[in-house]
Amino acid sequence: MEKRELTCIGCPMGCQITVELEGQEVLSVTGNTCGIGDRYARNEVVHPERTVTSTVVVDGGDKPRCSVKTAGNIPKDLISACMKEIDSVRVNAPVRIGDVIIENVLDTGVNVVATRNIN
Amino acid sequence: MISYDIVIIGGGPAGLAAAISARKSGIEKILILERDRELGGILNQCIHNGFGLHTFKEELTGPEYAYRFIEQVEEEQIEYRLNTMVMDISPDRIVTAMSREEGVVQIQAGAIILAMGCRERPRGALNIPGYRPAGIFSAGTAQRLVNIEGYLPGREVVILGSGDIGLIMARRMTLEGAKVKVVAELMPYSGGLKRNIVQCLNDFDIPLKLSHTVVDIEGKEHVTAVTIAQVDEHNKPIPGTEERYPCDTLLLSCGLIPENELSSKAGVKLNPVTSGPVVNEGLETSIPGVFACGNVLHVHDLVDYVSEEAAKAGTSAARFVKQEKTDVSSGHVVELKATDGARYTVPCTVNVDAMEDLLTVRFRVGSVFKNSYVSVYFEDERIQHLKKRILAPGEMEQVILQKKKLQEKPDLNTITIRIEAE
Repeated sequence: MEKRELTCIGCPMGCQITVELEGQEVLSVTGNTCGIGDRYARNEVVHPERTVTSTVVVDGGDKPRCSVKTAGNIPKDLISACMKEIDSVRVNAPVRIGDVIIENVLDTGVNVVATRNIN
Repeated sequence: MISYDIVIIGGGPAGLAAAISARKSGIEKILILERDRELGGILNQCIHNGFGLHTFKEELTGPEYAYRFIEQVEEEQIEYRLNTMVMDISPDRIVTAMSREEGVVQIQAGAIILAMGCRERPRGALNIPGYRPAGIFSAGTAQRLVNIEGYLPGREVVILGSGDIGLIMARRMTLEGAKVKVVAELMPYSGGLKRNIVQCLNDFDIPLKLSHTVVDIEGKEHVTAVTIAQVDEHNKPIPGTEERYPCDTLLLSCGLIPENELSSKAGVKLNPVTSGPVVNEGLETSIPGVFACGNVLHVHDLVDYVSEEAAKAGTSAARFVKQEKTDVSSGHVVELKATDGARYTVPCTVNVDAMEDLLTVRFRVGSVFKNSYVSVYFEDERIQHLKKRILAPGEMEQVILQKKKLQEKPDLNTITIRIEAE
């Protein structure tokens, strides 16, 4: 049996979590204080995921850049590929929070969406 | 002179939440004064996620979190003025402000809420030897350049200080193609949140060197290299431990200081530990009718707590304007103290008669404690004893006081928060 110590990144509490696992099978999760920690720990030891945030160039807006995020988590090993996709995009103003900037980025089933309004 | 019931100085997360809560408490004439070109404060450049889990039960980025509040301010038709710098506040609550459009204006406020936030400790306050070339930025300046303006300040980066903004920028610069070579931290522990060490440094294999500081900066026109060295227990560099990193950029993330020039000029009493105002249970400062919330009061790590605290300042200010406040002179006032590892408390005093049923007291510890207890004493009697797996200076802690427990002790003078091993 393998034991892994994790720091939860689900929220800024940063709970110290202990995961016991046998190969790919999680036997127990302890130390978390909420369900987010349990889900994070089970995912992190098998296939870690992250939200990616960045900005895209805006044409014709009141600001030069619009901040964006992946609307959900994507596999951690796709972060740099996702950044390349985001860097290749230009958008036209106006932009509203939640507007889809890239649909289904890298076939992850996750959209990249705007996180601020640009007029 | 124009007059408002409540004037709020600063349109960041604290000012916005204070305004909304004052309006919900029935105050009509509210004015927010903001020196930037838009509302939202520092959240606008904090494009990373992790905001709002406590407040909205979802994970938002900074601009999204700010917008939730800006939307409410617009819906409530709360007045605000942008590009407006407050120059002075007087003890009788006259606010002097200046803007390009209107010149100098004076406003009589029924109550004032201080929500000016904080700023970063600059190089000049750090005593770093070496040249003074271009390429040295505070982490927040770099954040603004990258996230708002769209410029990358450099390609090869050394970061001094492991505050949250520095950690966030280590990841951000890496994602944008820069090479972050090392993060050096003077203290033997990080000043940032644990989750940021994991997702900003560990994820990208960026080394964090604790008990290290910058001992030399090279480059006459632009930074060409930075040398760091290990420090001893007195924070003195240890000869022979120097490591030289060729780089073009040095980012500083060495602490935040509440921005209280206006407050101290007005005569607001400041706490030397937090550099923020001394406040009572209603977040009222030493000047009646002047309230404080957010990072101007004490530096927070979670904006959710800023919003919560600011909402309280808003309701307290509303009560002051409506003169519903309990007469302080007649109330039972208890002093709050922090000792044995706890550094300060906010608030500093509590009027038992004026407090609500529950009062959140926030504090920070002075060093890292493992498997310790946060204890609350009423004089010498231990009332609360909460086990914590880890306590760190970078993470704000809180205890909750119950009014009915305080009412049971009419002779109580002092409540003390202590960190105990058992």
